[in-house]
This record gives sequence, C-alpha cells and structure tokens, in this order.
Amino acid sequence: MRARILIASLLFGFAGFVSTPVLAEPGDFTEKLDIGISTDEIAITSDFRGADLTIFGAIDGFDQNILAQGKYNIVVALEGPKDNATVRKKERVFGIWINTKSMTFELVPESYSLSSTRDIDTIAPPGDMNNMSIGVDHMRLTPTGYIGDGSNLAEFRDAFRRAREISGVYQRDPGGVQFISSSLFKASVRLPADVPNGVHVVRAYLFRDGMFVAAKALPLRVVKTGIEQAITRAAHESPFVYGVLAVLLAVITGWIASIVFRRD
Amino acid sequence: MTVYLPIAELSVNIFIILGMGAAVGFLSGMFGVGGGFLITPLLIFYNIPPVVAVATGANQVVASSISGAITHFRRGTIDIKLGTVLLCGGLAGATVGVWIFSFLRRVGQLDLVISLMYVLLLGTVGTLMLIESVSALRKASKNQADALRRPGQHNWVHRLPLKMRFKKSKIYLSVIPVVSLGFGIGILTSVMGVGGGFIMVPAMIYLLRIPTNVVIGTSLFQIIFVSAYTVIVQASANYSVDIVLAFVLMIAGVIGAQYGVRVGQRLRGEQLRALLALLVLAVGLRLAVELVIPPKEIYTVVSAGLGF
Repeated sequence: MRARILIASLLFGFAGFVSTPVLAEPGDFTEKLDIGISTDEIAITSDFRGADLTIFGAIDGFDQNILAQGKYNIVVALEGPKDNATVRKKERVFGIWINTKSMTFELVPESYSLSSTRDIDTIAPPGDMNNMSIGVDHMRLTPTGYIGDGSNLAEFRDAFRRAREISGVYQRDPGGVQFISSSLFKASVRLPADVPNGVHVVRAYLFRDGMFVAAKALPLRVVKTGIEQAITRAAHESPFVYGVLAVLLAVITGWIASIVFRRD
Repeated sequence: MTVYLPIAELSVNIFIILGMGAAVGFLSGMFGVGGGFLITPLLIFYNIPPVVAVATGANQVVASSISGAITHFRRGTIDIKLGTVLLCGGLAGATVGVWIFSFLRRVGQLDLVISLMYVLLLGTVGTLMLIESVSALRKASKNQADALRRPGQHNWVHRLPLKMRFKKSKIYLSVIPVVSLGFGIGILTSVMGVGGGFIMVPAMIYLLRIPTNVVIGTSLFQIIFVSAYTVIVQASANYSVDIVLAFVLMIAGVIGAQYGVRVGQRLRGEQLRALLALLVLAVGLRLAVELVIPPKEIYTVVSAGLGF
C-alpha cells in the first residue's frame, strides 16, 4: 500500500499534474479549462459504501458560436493509483480448471471512473483517445515480461477490461457531464466501495468539434481514517507486534468465553 | 450494516460474517473441532482474498481452541510433554508452510492448491470417518461392544527408534512419528488456515495408539501454539491478518460454540462422527465441483498488492 502511494507521488513529482501522456498537437486554440473539486481528500470510514464526487469546471475563452452549436465536449476521468495487474487464464487440464497462461500489464489504474458529455467514441476519433489513453477501451495496457508472439494480447486486454468493469472498479457514465450554464459544467464520478487507497487524479479534457483542446488535472487523496487507518498502519509498520496482538485478542476472547460459559 | 475490513480492503455485511462465525462455531462446538476447515472456504466463497482468509482463519482457530484447551487443562487431560514434541514438528511445518504459501502465491497457483488440498483431505478424512462411524452404528444397533482397537497393540510405528516415555499418556513411543505428524499438520495450518484437529485426532488414536482421553486436550494444546505462530508469521510476512474480521468471527464463534456443545451432548458419539463425516464430505464436494465445472469467467485479474 505504501509502495503504491509512493509510486504515485513519484510519478507526480516527475511529470507534474498535467501529465496527460502524448497529447494530440494543440492547435491555435484560445480555450482554457478550469476545474475544481470541493475536497482534495476522501476519508474511508468503517461504513464506507462508495461515494459520489462532483467536479465543477468552466471553459475560458470559448467561442460563442461553437458553444451554441453544442460542439464543445468534456470528458472527466477519475484515475486511481497505478499498480501492475496480472491477468490469468484458466484452462481445463485433466478435467480441472487451472490457471495456465498469464499476462502482466504495467502500471494500470486500480480504479477508473469516466464521465463525459456523451459517448466518448462520438467525441473524438478512437486513435486520439488511444493516444491520450482516455476511456476504458482506450486505456494504455502495456504488457511486461515475455508475451510470446503477442497473438493473445488482445484477448488478455479485453479480459482485463471486462473483469474490471464487472467488479465495478472501472465505470463509465456517458451522460455524467452536464452544462449548468453556457460554459460552466458539472461532472459526477463514482468512487466504488472497494476504492483503492492512495492518490487518485481527476483529469478533465476539453474537445472542440472532435479536436482535443485542453486538459487539466487535480489530485485527490483517498485515505483510511480513524481506527481503520490505525489498524492498517500497525499491520504494516509493526507487523510482529500486530500479529502478537491479534493472537492476544483471540486468547482473551477464548478465555473470557470459557469463564462466561463455564459449566463445571 | 456494513463494516469496512481494513486489511482485506473491502466492505462486508457484518451480519453475514456474524452468521458465518456463529454457524461454524455451532458446528465446532457440536463436533469438538476447531472449525478452521469450514471458516476458510466460507470466507473465500464470500470474496475475501484467500491470503487474508487463511491468515484470519488461523486467528479464529486460536480463539475457538483456547476455551476447549482450558477445560482440558483443568481436568488434567493434556499431555504437555507429548504436546511439546508435537509442537516442535508443528512450528517447523508452519514455517515451511509459509514458504510454500508465498511461493504458490507468486506463481498464481495458490487458490488451486488450496482447493485441491481441501478436496483431497476432506474427501479422505470424511470417507474414512463415515465408514468407521457407520460400522460403529451397525454394531451398536446389534448391541455389540465398540471394538476399537485399544492401545497396547503394536504396529510398525512402535518399532521406530528414538523412543521417549510419555507418562501422562502411559505410552513409550518413538518421537519420529510424533514430530512428523506435527510437521504435516503445521504445513496444513499455514497453507490452509486449519487447526488440523480433524486429522490430528484420528491419527493420534489409530496410528500412535494414544489413549483417547488425552488426545483431544493434547491436540488442542498444540493447535493453539501452531495457529498462534502462523498468525504472527503471516502478519509479519504477508500483512494479511485482518483483526476486525477475526474479531467479529471470534465473538460469533465462541457464542455459537456454546449452543453447539449443548446439542452435541444429546447425540451419541457414533452419530456425531457420522454427521461430522457428512459435513466434511459436503465441504469437500462443494470445492471439488468448483474445480471441475467450467468457470463463469476463465480470466481473473489480480493487482500486485493483495490478492492471490
């Protein structure tokens, strides 16, 4: 867990927050994008069941005509901390289903929630989305290690996306961004109940008539609080003492039970 | 009502966990077993990562075994010397088991091996127990005396060298089979999260010919220490003991166990053994079916952090 946060902060340190990878060449656009969130920290308490996060934003220097024609589109993504993920495939061996092949993808977000003004495939050409790694279907999935001739790469990528979408950690909402006035918009993204702890990034992208114009990113920390935080810290920082305490708790529980329910 | 498990990193319904703990506690009180072999698969069925399920299961075994052990200690039915020899093997086995566990986790075969071991063990032990108890039931219905072979009769185990005298058990026995038995059970404890009483007790009675009255107390004595050791090692090596989950399971478990004991006292020994055999076989069968039916999704995704 700590390693994960560390990796995330290192990435920030090097690339800065506006680290949108390989952006399409920005032309002579005058538009700028601004976003804000009400909090930069989400606390996970013992009854955490997921949360909705609302992000407000505005387009600066917009063109009145283009806005009137509805040709501005906005995509907002909440990316979780990144970690390597391994996809394993089961095959039948002697009648039993066994993990046989596997593929590991490098530093993929552990959660991803996408919200946009409309279906992102109608906002910009798929090639641009691939370049910018926007959307579950366009997210960069780079395999590490030996992958043979790469013929099963597509199969493993699809399986990865499907598994993450089914488990609810990857989500998309093609109507989640709404204009509340001419240039002011509101986006809602959902944090699942099993949201990973660490530094998440809110990334917003502005498109004009199918062309990428501007992007903006903000960090969002997801932290455990109170007793959960204390337990996780104890488990990782002094694991031996934690283990001894867990045993002690069991001993005391069993001992008290033997006194309370003593029959002889 | 949901409760967030800080180590498993997910929210669960507390009533389901309480229910599981109480049900397993009830059965363990009724049959006099630790219940680890039930709790670990149940937690895995409920989406708790196997790494956490195994380590937390071992923690629950400590709690459920301790009150039984205290009772046996008061009655003087624990052979401390025999238990200590078993324990030496057990601690070594648990250490090896944690290595095996980490290795299997790295190569992605942990869940398969855990399931296979459960199927194999539960299948074998369940079948043997069922055969034994059914024949005992038959004899009982014909009013014949229980013809369990008594200690004193010797087999190959008693010809091994390095003999030691265990006064409390009134037995003169080689330490080799005792340490080996402890070692084997120790591996099972750290890989599968079971106490191993359901193997230990029959092995001590039938193989080592240890008098029945000290068997349960002595096996509980060694199970407590090996499980406690496993919990500490798993906590240190894999950070995988979820103290919140363990505590909820323990509370429900010790309460459930009291009711189980009451029901158990009304049943006869052979009937109890037959029922336990059926239960063991049912859990084994459930896991076996899981292995052979085509899975809904043949791909699984695990991230580098927790998972299996």
